[in-house]
Amino acid sequence: MTAACNGTGGIVAAVIIGLALLVVVPLVVDPIFLIELTSYVILAILALSLGLIWGYGGILCFGQSAFFGIGAYAYAIAVINMGDSTIPLILSIVVPALFAALLGYFLFYARITDVYFGVITLTVTLILYKLMGTTSGSAYTIGNAAIGGYNGIPAIPPLNLPGSPTTFLSLDGLFYAAGLTLLAVYVGLRLMLKSRFGQVVVAIRENERRAELLGYDARFYKLAAFTIGGGIAGLAGCLFANWGMFISPDVFGLAQSAQVIIWVIVGGTGTLLGPIVGCFLVQWIATQLGTQQVLNANLVLGTILIGFVLLVPKGITPTVLDLIERTCQRRSYAKPLVEKRSVS
Amino acid sequence: MSAECVLETRGLEKRFGGVVAISSVDFNLKQRELRCLIGPNGAGKSTFFKMLTAQIKPTTGQILFEGVEITKAQPHQVSQLGIGIKNQVPDVFNNLTVRENISVAARSRHGKARAAAIASEVTERLGLTGLVGRLVGELAHGQRQWVELAMVVALEPKLILLDEPAAGMTADETNRTAELIREVNKTAAIVVVEHDMQFIKQIAHTVTVFHQGRVLVEDTMENIQGNELVREIYLGKADDD
Ligand SMILES: Nc1ncnc2c1ncn2[C@@H]1O[C@H](COP(=O)(O)OP(=O)(O)OP(=O)(O)O)[C@@H](O)[C@H]1O
Ligand SMILES: [Mg+2]
Repeated sequence: MTAACNGTGGIVAAVIIGLALLVVVPLVVDPIFLIELTSYVILAILALSLGLIWGYGGILCFGQSAFFGIGAYAYAIAVINMGDSTIPLILSIVVPALFAALLGYFLFYARITDVYFGVITLTVTLILYKLMGTTSGSAYTIGNAAIGGYNGIPAIPPLNLPGSPTTFLSLDGLFYAAGLTLLAVYVGLRLMLKSRFGQVVVAIRENERRAELLGYDARFYKLAAFTIGGGIAGLAGCLFANWGMFISPDVFGLAQSAQVIIWVIVGGTGTLLGPIVGCFLVQWIATQLGTQQVLNANLVLGTILIGFVLLVPKGITPTVLDLIERTCQRRSYAKPLVEKRSVS
Repeated sequence: MSAECVLETRGLEKRFGGVVAISSVDFNLKQRELRCLIGPNGAGKSTFFKMLTAQIKPTTGQILFEGVEITKAQPHQVSQLGIGIKNQVPDVFNNLTVRENISVAARSRHGKARAAAIASEVTERLGLTGLVGRLVGELAHGQRQWVELAMVVALEPKLILLDEPAAGMTADETNRTAELIREVNKTAAIVVVEHDMQFIKQIAHTVTVFHQGRVLVEDTMENIQGNELVREIYLGKADDD
């Protein structure tokens, strides 16, 4: 980890920069692009959740979008029935967190290996895709909410001010709400990683057996981190359902699952900034590619991913931070440093 | 069993497929005893330690710690009860700093303030103060052994198992390790596995000799050195190396 951005000063700086961006960006960008940008911010929260459990917890989850989708569906179904969005918002965090806890309990306590964990989480996501797809027709309604099969749920009511069901969040407002949520999640995770809990989670990633021999129940800590990650992904799902006012089983599809992993790989594991940067960059490139007809967008994205894995294996953020650190040190010692840090 | 027994095994056995690594071992250790465990390569010493700390499950037999059966416990439970182990291969958090390694260990037993005090005390005692900011993965083999020792000591265990603590250390470092072991022994029982006879002579009172998964003899260091059988299977061999 880079010492320069580790302390409380780093967190304060992040808050100031984050708030400044939140104020300035809507003033300078095109309103249409702001809507686009809002979706990046929401997806960056999803990226952060995987950045936590994969980058810090060492848990290779190929199905992070499952919790995102469950959060979105939980919000949609609840808000259609309830009107007021306060409880639906809470449910969008709690339901996927519980789902993560249940799934994680069976997998961690069975001490399943990393690769199987990846395969099983992906499989669960794809099962959800099929399952939600079969829910078309009037038989599949929960209260007033028709789940709609592959057609999804349209016209999802937006968030309202707690206790005031008629004061809805506007699309502009959603940018601020999503931005503040991203900032809050980022800061919350930074603080968590500094705490005893966070230190133990990282220690388990580094060497699970040693952590257990020090008296920590690795299964419990991994389960807790996984559950938190599920809740955060669900919250992102709720915001996403607000953004498009629509949700369909596509969130459980293979493409969506792969996308989250690509963001984290491009941005870099082991930092919290990395997944956010990766998500913004990849989504922006994808949008740009979508506007032209010359090259196949997926082909270009695939090439970019392979390029990153081969040329910048640590991802953008850790590589840039390393460079900054090395130039600083080179200046103070005036001699080249040999890179010896082992890569996990 | 007597009240002052810290560790006892009854008919402990471990088979890996056809290989019998440990067979009917009845081992007894008193509170604050310092015991050396020796035996040729493959005698089963590390396997024995791993069973005591629940890293592997025994095939049959029982393990009791302070009279409580821990045969089926989880590794973290064994640690919480008060057994600390340094494994044969350095077993540390390579991408964390020395400070973080030791603090994670200290925090497992104590609140923030007490853990910080213990961590800095242990760091100083093991001469790691100058290295606290370094990544453990960057350190030399001997220094990583010290970090692992520091982590074990920071747990303040009642029983410490050290699997070849002096391996890869210089003569000077070995002497310091022996000194540390004697000091820690004031508050904890210790079992040390070592091949270095000079080192064992420095610290040992009673020595247990393992051979082909069984306890061959258990005696004072003097008698062990005079024992023909031990010479034949172990010391003679060691001299050839
Ligand atoms: N995981 C395993 N699977 C199969 N066989 C094993 C395993 N671990 C140990 N053994 C075997 O069990 C026997 C005892 O091994 P162990 O490592 O306990 O010996 P040791 O006394 O510690 O030797 P050394 O002095 O070389 O460290 C050896 O024959 C070894 O090959
Ligand atoms: Mg061994």
